[in-house]
Amino acid sequence: MKEIHNFTILERHTLGSQYFSLVLQHTDTMQPVSPGQFVEVLVEGEREVMLRRPISVHDADPAAGTLTLLIQIVGPGTRRLSRLGVGESLNLVYPLGHGFTTDLRPPTSALLVGGGAGIAPLLHLAKVLSAKGLHPTVLLGGRTADLIPVRDAFLPYAQVGIATDDGSLGHHGIVTTHPDFAFPYDIIYTCGPTPMMKAVARSAAERGIRCEVSLENMMACGVGACLCCVTDTDHGHRCVCKEGPVFDISTMKKWYQC
Amino acid sequence: MLDVKIHNLSLKNPVLTASGTFGYGEEFSDFVDLERLGGFIVKGTTGTHREGNPYPRMAETPSGMLNAVGLQNGGVEKFCSEVYHRIKHLRTNIIVNVSGSSIEEYCSVAEQINELDHIPAIELNISCPNVKKGGMGFGTNPEMAAQVVSGVRKVYRKTLIVKLTPNVTSIVDIAKAVEGAGADSVSLINTMLGMAIDVERRRPMLSTITGGLSGPAVKPVAVRMVWQVAHAVQIPVIGLGGIASAADALEFLMAGATAIQVGTANFIDPTVTMKIVDGLEDYCKRHGINDINEIIGIV
Repeated sequence: MKEIHNFTILERHTLGSQYFSLVLQHTDTMQPVSPGQFVEVLVEGEREVMLRRPISVHDADPAAGTLTLLIQIVGPGTRRLSRLGVGESLNLVYPLGHGFTTDLRPPTSALLVGGGAGIAPLLHLAKVLSAKGLHPTVLLGGRTADLIPVRDAFLPYAQVGIATDDGSLGHHGIVTTHPDFAFPYDIIYTCGPTPMMKAVARSAAERGIRCEVSLENMMACGVGACLCCVTDTDHGHRCVCKEGPVFDISTMKKWYQC
Repeated sequence: MLDVKIHNLSLKNPVLTASGTFGYGEEFSDFVDLERLGGFIVKGTTGTHREGNPYPRMAETPSGMLNAVGLQNGGVEKFCSEVYHRIKHLRTNIIVNVSGSSIEEYCSVAEQINELDHIPAIELNISCPNVKKGGMGFGTNPEMAAQVVSGVRKVYRKTLIVKLTPNVTSIVDIAKAVEGAGADSVSLINTMLGMAIDVERRRPMLSTITGGLSGPAVKPVAVRMVWQVAHAVQIPVIGLGGIASAADALEFLMAGATAIQVGTANFIDPTVTMKIVDGLEDYCKRHGINDINEIIGIV
């Protein structure tokens, strides 16, 4: 069930020059959150910002009642959020959207490909897949090492590869040229910049690998009511906030082929 | 205490939700007790399925937002055969927003909705700024507006509300024309035509270049228009445009609206309608008002 709730900021971490994370504590019983789902955050005290900001869930600990958000500073809304400190409260509408497929069993081989802020939801996914006995491979890409906000957090759950455009860390080149990308996985999940996700989707389609993409569009309501955040799919316009943000590419030819 | 009447429609309170901002109600059922609303107005429904406009369809602007959804909906048959059966049990007023590109289309949709026992009213949308044909075209000319309304009046026997556009020289002339053509109520305002430009990309923010502005930015314009129309027509007026609190709702009631609709504010606080109902009750208690009708149109 979706709810609106004031979380308390338990921890705040700066991650490189553009990213920060917030660990949020629920004050009662937190609703279950699946990997790939997102929250809508109310930004208070910023004149230019009225609408909530959709932010994917980086990690969720149902027992502790905590959610972690990994946020890239991209505009006035996220800049305002970056100034919040421990002990302050943050109003969320959550859990929203349709997440990644996780009903898998070993020996399924899974690849998670993340770029920039798109790395965020993959930690929660890696953790859940790992708990199911899978040992996924995670490939993280960025322009430079500084723009890969999280790396070590994946290590307990996955085999991690890095690719940077400038070669400052890991493989030198875009993430789809990383040697580990070519393995014939059973399933590929991806979240990141649109050109990267389209390249991943096209490659998966060519190789006949099942693939899920997590899209990001501007949103208003977050619950499928206003129809502002639609994406093209093979079945027409679908709401990224409700039918997505995660889509199986078998219905997204129109999207990834253009 | 909060009961009001719109023609034959009894509302337990004056709080409705605006078409296109509340889906089919179901989307908000985790946040809102739908039966505590005076009613809700479902997404604009057309004769056939529509895909709407290309993305991007939305841009945030100071104290508001532009949208250019373009009436994406599954069409009237899908509404009648699927959606209606999921929501008809709700003990509140479910009103269908009816849209079209021709008088024939408006009439055909209205006729089909007329057959649904649990839909006591329609809101005729002659004011959508985001469609190429019809929509606002019908609502900016008094003769055209009257023609659509009298056409629908012939086939629709329940409460007929007509939603007006603010993008006109005189909204009073349009309101009088639709009243003369048989409307039971008017709702105003639909969105104001606006535009925003992304200066870094040197491109309009919306795929359609222009779109409809909603949110607190339009509220004073809406209050003014409600006040003008309420003084000019005999039929009840439903006010909307930027309402986000009980105080906002009270402004519209005092300006002459018998009921109000909450739109964009649902996106920011999905529980806002419940707070407005509570706030109106609280206001009545604090001011010793036994019947909210006492303050309607007092300004």
